[in-house]
Amino acid sequence: MSCRNVWKVYGQKPEQFFDDNNGEVSDATTHADKIRNADHIVASADVSFDVHVGEIFVIMGLSGSGKSTMVRCLSRIVEPTAGEILLDGQDLLSVSQKDLIEYRRHKMGMVFQNFGLMPHLNVLDNVAFPLEVQGIPREERRARAQAMISLVGLEGREASFPRQLSGGQQQRVGIARSLAVEPEMWFLDEPFSALDPLIRRQMQDEFLRLQRELKKSIVFITHDFLEALRIADRMAIMRDGAVVQIGRPVDLILNPVDSYVKEFTNDVPSELVLTARDVADPTRTFATGMGEATAETSLADLLPQLASNEAGVIIRDTFGVELGGVTARDVVRALAGKGQEATS
Amino acid sequence: MTRAQPLIWLGLSALALALFLSAGPLAKFPDSWVLSPTDSMNDAMNGFVAVVGPLFKALGWLLEWPVAAAQMLLQALPWAVTASILILLGYIASGWKLAVFTALSLFYMAVIGYWSESMNTLAIVLISVPMAVGTGFGFGVLGFYSDRARKIIMPMLDLLQTIPAFAYLLPILILFGFGTTVGLVASVMYAFPPMVRNTILGLRAVPEEIIEAGMMSGTTPRQLFWKVRLPAAQRQMLLGVNQTTMAALSMVIIASIIGGTNDIGWEVLQTMRKAQFGESLLAGFVIALIAMALDRISHGFATKTREIEPTGPNIWKVSALIVAAVAILSLVVPGLRVWPETWIWNPAPAMNDALEYVVINYREWIEAIKNSAFFFVMLPIKIGLSNAVSPFTWGFALTPILKAVYAVIIAVPALWALRKGHVTAASLIVLWGVVSYIGLTNMPWLPLYLILVFSAYVTSGRGLAIGAALGLGFLLIAGVWPESVLSLYLCGVAVMVAFTLGTLLGIWASENQTVSYIIRPIMDTLQTMPLFVILIPFVMVFKIGEFTALLAIIAYSIVPAIRYTEHGLRNLPDAVLEAAQTVGCSRWQLLTKVKLPLALPAIMLGLNQTIIYGIGMLVIAALVGTNGLGQQIYIGLGDGDFGVGMTAGIGMAVLAMIADRMTQAVSRRRQEQLGLRFDGV
Repeated sequence: MSCRNVWKVYGQKPEQFFDDNNGEVSDATTHADKIRNADHIVASADVSFDVHVGEIFVIMGLSGSGKSTMVRCLSRIVEPTAGEILLDGQDLLSVSQKDLIEYRRHKMGMVFQNFGLMPHLNVLDNVAFPLEVQGIPREERRARAQAMISLVGLEGREASFPRQLSGGQQQRVGIARSLAVEPEMWFLDEPFSALDPLIRRQMQDEFLRLQRELKKSIVFITHDFLEALRIADRMAIMRDGAVVQIGRPVDLILNPVDSYVKEFTNDVPSELVLTARDVADPTRTFATGMGEATAETSLADLLPQLASNEAGVIIRDTFGVELGGVTARDVVRALAGKGQEATS
Repeated sequence: MTRAQPLIWLGLSALALALFLSAGPLAKFPDSWVLSPTDSMNDAMNGFVAVVGPLFKALGWLLEWPVAAAQMLLQALPWAVTASILILLGYIASGWKLAVFTALSLFYMAVIGYWSESMNTLAIVLISVPMAVGTGFGFGVLGFYSDRARKIIMPMLDLLQTIPAFAYLLPILILFGFGTTVGLVASVMYAFPPMVRNTILGLRAVPEEIIEAGMMSGTTPRQLFWKVRLPAAQRQMLLGVNQTTMAALSMVIIASIIGGTNDIGWEVLQTMRKAQFGESLLAGFVIALIAMALDRISHGFATKTREIEPTGPNIWKVSALIVAAVAILSLVVPGLRVWPETWIWNPAPAMNDALEYVVINYREWIEAIKNSAFFFVMLPIKIGLSNAVSPFTWGFALTPILKAVYAVIIAVPALWALRKGHVTAASLIVLWGVVSYIGLTNMPWLPLYLILVFSAYVTSGRGLAIGAALGLGFLLIAGVWPESVLSLYLCGVAVMVAFTLGTLLGIWASENQTVSYIIRPIMDTLQTMPLFVILIPFVMVFKIGEFTALLAIIAYSIVPAIRYTEHGLRNLPDAVLEAAQTVGCSRWQLLTKVKLPLALPAIMLGLNQTIIYGIGMLVIAALVGTNGLGQQIYIGLGDGDFGVGMTAGIGMAVLAMIADRMTQAVSRRRQEQLGLRFDGV
C-alpha cells in the first residue's frame, strides 16, 4: 500500500485549496499554513509513505498530530481531501462506494482504541459480524469466527457479551473480528492504549506472535514511542498533520532529523536500542575466556555475558564473521557518551 | 444593563403603585383593544371542517376498527389467559418480584369489579403505543439524518409537549367527532414526542468507533443503520418506548373525559362527579396500578441486560406453553373465563362511611387548615394585602398606620440590602412589597406585562424578551389576560411552596439515606400516577375549591424539585468534596459553601420541571373548580367551542414556554460558569 500526498482538510470548503485531486504542492508547509489562515483545519498535510508487504509500519505521534485521521483515510472512513492511496496498484480514492465496500469486506481489517465492539452481540457474533454483512451463511461464519477466537485465545467466552469481558479480552475480540475476513491490510489504531501497562505488554507480545504467523501488511498507530520501537519494522513520526521522519527505529534514534524527533529518542534507554554491532571494537580479536554474541544483541542483553566474562565478548554477524570484541568498559563508554550527548 | 436594572425594577414598582392607587382606566386593558379571536378561530375551524371533515371522519372510522378489535379481543379472552400473559411478561421483563406485583394488581382489578373497564383502557393503549412508537421512530430517524428536518421537528415537539393535554382533545374532537378515536389520536399525538427525542438521542450516542467498526466490516449504508446503529441505540429507544407508553396511558385516561368509552378513566370521573369518593378512589387506584405495572414491565425490557445465553429451554416457548395450558383449562372451568360476580368485593360504601365520619368529626381542623392557608397565604397573593386584610379574614382592618408599618417592614430589609451593596436585591424587595400589597389579580396590566417581559430579558436576553412580549401580547389581545393572571397566581403559589418544600426535602434526602429510601417509592408512585388520581384524596377531604387544586398541584410538582435537588447534591465531583473536607469544612459548611452552589444548576432544572409539572396539573385541577385558563379549556371542551379552548390552550403554552426558557437559561448560564454539565435525572 502506498500513500501519496494525502491531505485531509476540515472546514467550510476544503476542496478550494487543491486544483486537482492528487494533492501535489510545491511547498507543503506554506500551503498548510495558508489553509490554516483561511480558518480551515489541516488534519493531514501532504502525507506520503509506503507499507511493504508483510511489514509492520508504525505511525507515531502525540494526540492531535493527525495519526488517527491518517489511518482512517487509508480505508476512506474519513474521506481524504486530496492525494492518492494505492492498493495493489489501484487508487482507492477513485473507486466507487460500492467497490470500496468490497475492499473493506475482503482486503482490510481494523482494530480500534476503545474496541468498537457491538454491545448487542456476543463474542462469537461480534467476530462473525464482518462475515454476516457479506451474507455468509450462519453456520459457516460461526465456524470461521470460532477459528479466529481460538487464534486469539478466547475459547470458552464465545457466549459472553462485551461488557462482561476485561479490556484485554475485549481487544482480543476486536483483533479476532478484524482478522475474520483474512485481510491483506491490517490497521490498528492505538489498539493497546486503553489497557493497563502489564496487559499492554502481554498484548504486544501476542500481537508480535500473531504477526509472525500471519505476515499481514500492518499500519499500527500509537502515541507511545517505546511501543513503536518494540514492534516497528519501520516507523513514521507525525506532527501537526505532517510526517516529520520515516525510517527504521534505530535510524530515528541515531539520526533524528530535528529536535522534535530527538525529544522522543532522549527518553529511550540506549541499552535497548544500541546493539553489539554498534559498540564492537574491530581492533580486539578473539581470546580465550571471551564470551560470544551475535551482532544484533542489544546492549541490555549483552550485560549478563559481560558480567560473567571479564575478558569481554566477541561479536559475530549472522554468517559467523568476527566483527570485533566488546568489553564492559566499551559498553559503559558508549552509554555514557549517549547520555552526555543527550544532556548537552 | 446591570447598572440600570435596579432603576427599572423601582420604576415598574412605582408605575404599578401609581396605576393601582389612581384606579383609573389605565389599570385595566381596554376592552376595545381586545380582538377576541375566538369567533374567527371558530369560523376558520368550521370552514376547515366543512372541507376536510369527511376525510377525518373516514380516517376516524378506520381507526375505530383496530381499537374495537382489541377491545373485543381483551373482553373475549378469559381473564385467566390475559392475566397469565401479563404476569409472564412481568417475569420475563424483570423477574419474579414484578410477576407478583403484576399478579396482585390484576387480582385487585378483578376483585374490585373493574376488570372489563380496565381491559377497555388497556385496549386503546395497546393500539396507540405501537402507532406512537412507529411515528416517533420515523420522525426520530428523519431528525437524526437531516439537520433541516430536526430544526423543524424539535420546536414542534416542544409545542406538543407544552400545550396542555386537554387542549389537544378539542381540535381532535371537532375533526373526528365523538368516539374512541379521539382518545386514540390524542394519545398518539401526546405520546410520540418522547419517542422522537429518545430515537435521536440514542442514535447520536452510538460511539463513533462502533460506527467505524461497522463501516470497516464492509457494511452498506442500509446494513450500517439496521445492523449497527439501531441495535447499538436500542436501549435508549426502549426507554423511549417506556416513556411513550406512560404518556399514552395518561392521555387515554384524560381523554375519557369526553366520554363514551366505558373505560376506567370514565369510571373515576363519573364517580368523582357524583361525590362517590370510595368508588373513585378504588377506580383511581386501578389506574395507578395499571400505570405502575406498564411502567415497570416496559422499563424492565428497556434496561434488561443480556446475560450469557442460557442453555435451558427458551423462556418465551415455556411461557407460550403455560398460556396455552391456562387457555385450555379455562375452557373447562367457567370461573377462569369470566370473573364470577360472587368473587367481587366492594369496600366503597364502607370507605364512604369512614370518610364521612372523619370529615364530620374533624371538620374544625380541616376548616382551620383550609381557611388559614386561604386567608393568610392565597388571598394576599391573589388580591393583595390591601384587599385581603379585613376584619372578617385577619381580624383587623388595614388602617393607614398598619400600611405605614407594612412600608417599614419592606423598607428595612431593602435598605439593609442596599447597605450591603446588593442594589438589585434591594430593588427586587421593593418590587415584591408592592406586588404583595396590590395582589396579582389586581395588578394593572401594563406594569405586570412589563415586569414579565423584563424578567425574561434579564434571565435570558433579547430573544426571549421579544418572544415573551409577543406571547403575552397575544394573551392581552385575545382577552384572556385576567384568566392568565389567575393561572399565574395559582401556579405561582403552588410552585413556590412545592419548590421550597421540595428543595428542603431533597437536601435532607441527600444527607440522610433513610429519608431517601422512604421518599423514593412515594415519588415514583406520584410520578407514574395519572394526574386525575392525585386529585381524589384531596377532594375527599377538602371538597372542591382552589385550596384543593393547590394541594394537588403541589403534590404533583414537588417530585421534580426533590429529585433534582437530591440528584444534584449526590452527583458532585468527588475531588471537590474531598478537597473541601481536607481543608476542614464542617458538614454544614460543606453543604452550604460547596455542595449547594455546585448543585445550583441541577436545582434550577428542578425548578424548571416543577413549573412545567405545575402547569400540567393546573389544567387537570380545573376539574375541582379553579378559575383561570384551565377552566377555560375545560369550558371549551365541554361546549365544543374550539376558539375558547384553543385560545386558553395556547395561552397556557405561552406561559409554560416563557417559564421554561427563563429557568433553563439561568441553569445553563450557571453550568457554564461552573464548567459542569448536567443533563437531567
